[in-house]
Amino acid sequence: MAVAAPTLRGATRGALLAVYALIILVPMTVVLFTTFKTSAQMYASPFGLPTSPTFASFAELLDGGRLGTSLLNSVIVTGCSVVLTLLVSTLAAFGIARIHGWLGIAIFGLFAAGLAVPAQVAMIPQYVIVKQIGLDNSLLGLILINIAVTCPVAIFILTGFLKTLPTELFEAAEIDGAGPLRMYRSVALPLAAPSVAAVAIFLFVMHWNDLLYPLLFITDPAKATLPKALLDFKGEYTTNYPVLFAGVLVASAPMVLAYVFLQRYFVAGITAGATKG
Amino acid sequence: MSTTDTTATDVRFAEVATRARRNPRRRSSRRNDPRLLLFVLPAAVLYLWLVLWPTVQAVQYSLTDWDGLSVAYRNLGLANYDRLLGGDTVFGQAFGNSLKFMLAVVIGQTTLSLVLAMALQRNTRTNIALRALYFFPTVLSSVSVAFVWSFVYDPTFGLANSLLSAVGLDSWQQPWLGDQSRAIYYLAIVQIWFHAGQMMVVYIAGLQTIPADLYEAADLDGVTRWQRFRHITWPLVAPATAIVVAYTTIQSFKAFDLIFASTGGGPNHATEILSTLIYNSAFRNFEFGYAAAQSVIFVVLIALVTVLQQRAVALSARRA
Repeated sequence: MAVAAPTLRGATRGALLAVYALIILVPMTVVLFTTFKTSAQMYASPFGLPTSPTFASFAELLDGGRLGTSLLNSVIVTGCSVVLTLLVSTLAAFGIARIHGWLGIAIFGLFAAGLAVPAQVAMIPQYVIVKQIGLDNSLLGLILINIAVTCPVAIFILTGFLKTLPTELFEAAEIDGAGPLRMYRSVALPLAAPSVAAVAIFLFVMHWNDLLYPLLFITDPAKATLPKALLDFKGEYTTNYPVLFAGVLVASAPMVLAYVFLQRYFVAGITAGATKG
Repeated sequence: MSTTDTTATDVRFAEVATRARRNPRRRSSRRNDPRLLLFVLPAAVLYLWLVLWPTVQAVQYSLTDWDGLSVAYRNLGLANYDRLLGGDTVFGQAFGNSLKFMLAVVIGQTTLSLVLAMALQRNTRTNIALRALYFFPTVLSSVSVAFVWSFVYDPTFGLANSLLSAVGLDSWQQPWLGDQSRAIYYLAIVQIWFHAGQMMVVYIAGLQTIPADLYEAADLDGVTRWQRFRHITWPLVAPATAIVVAYTTIQSFKAFDLIFASTGGGPNHATEILSTLIYNSAFRNFEFGYAAAQSVIFVVLIALVTVLQQRAVALSARRA
């Protein structure tokens, strides 16, 4: 692989990299330390190490059990949304990649148009539809919306990949007597596994962190997902940063852990979503 | 993927390709199998019902005075659009803020991510670790990022003011997000902190496609570092710039969660952007029809911005 010569050198480069590392690390560290302080300790010394670490903020968060509930809600909504979006998107992408001629192009174009629709346009009628069918305040409503809204990106990436596979592969499978379902399961899916993994991570980050749809559809605190619950905490604990940050920590922990262990895939997945969405 | 995987797949490809070529009946696959439509069906139903149809409905709602609650509403024709374009100062302000936010983020994020990518493009261990650190904020939720930065910007005991006072720059202390004329730019800094690492990765991929011998040849010719950047790096990294600028433009124009969770659009609409305004009009003021009209204008603007910036990128690529 050709690696270009470094264009930034020496002390300037070192200083730049160190400063930017601090700009990221310092706020995160302060947040982490703050969760182990009481409100009074924080006001006395906002940036000092926690002198007598306390878990009071976590205890306060868990009091009433709302955090546990929203954590569970986030797991259910994100898990179901990712799995179901992948299912419908891989099926559709396989179909589109195998439909020849204008029809395939038309169907692909229809989904690609969805990439251009900003959430804020569809959100008002979506709110009405979800209410009409009685799925407001329900995790199922969130899951359905999540699938509908993210399947265009997923289909876009997956179709792009499936089209790069040689048609001979599918033709050979057909000659061997495979129907479309068999071809999807035994040819398309295994070969598309890396793309599917990238899309899965992109969807995971997106759904886990989403605020807009829970904000629209969920009013019952017992049905809130973590980002929505966090926003409600802010209302209740306006200046109680230790409790607020304990919430931030709990909401971010799964994502951070996953990132630490699956870093390469995260970068690939989120970047694929960014550059192809 | 390991090398053995690649070889095995290649062999399989070659094998089936030959078999298919030998078979005279292969033309038959040109006809579409109607069963394939069933594969597209689940996604199509959800997408048409919950994305495309609502988008069409937004246009319908935009012609009414519906409040989102009542059963009855009146058809207003284009009155909502008249009100929007003919002197709704809040809408004008939100539009201005969206533009300011977008420009600040696009300029800041593109520059920063390119500089970081140039500093980290070689695959050394330290560089790989730093890339991971810089990318890290991207995996956080907007709400978390908003809370972290509301602490940084807190006027009384926040990190920013404390640091300034620690280095003797007390006079630089600000109310940050309370400063009505500049709060939107302070939020742009947060957005850049949030996503610069993501765009850095795109740039690193772009930089690594530039052949090293181009730089070696340039060094032999004794060019300056600026010339090297201007005549080699910048033109050859243009495809990456196109992606970064396009993505950042749309991402910042549509930004909602971060601003909603930081300031909610306040104080006094100082950080109101189009996406928060639409939300506030619909779900705080219950003017669904009016909010729908705002959202329709919003789509038109996004389409316009996309076309304009693609032309700009195409033009600058031709000139470079």
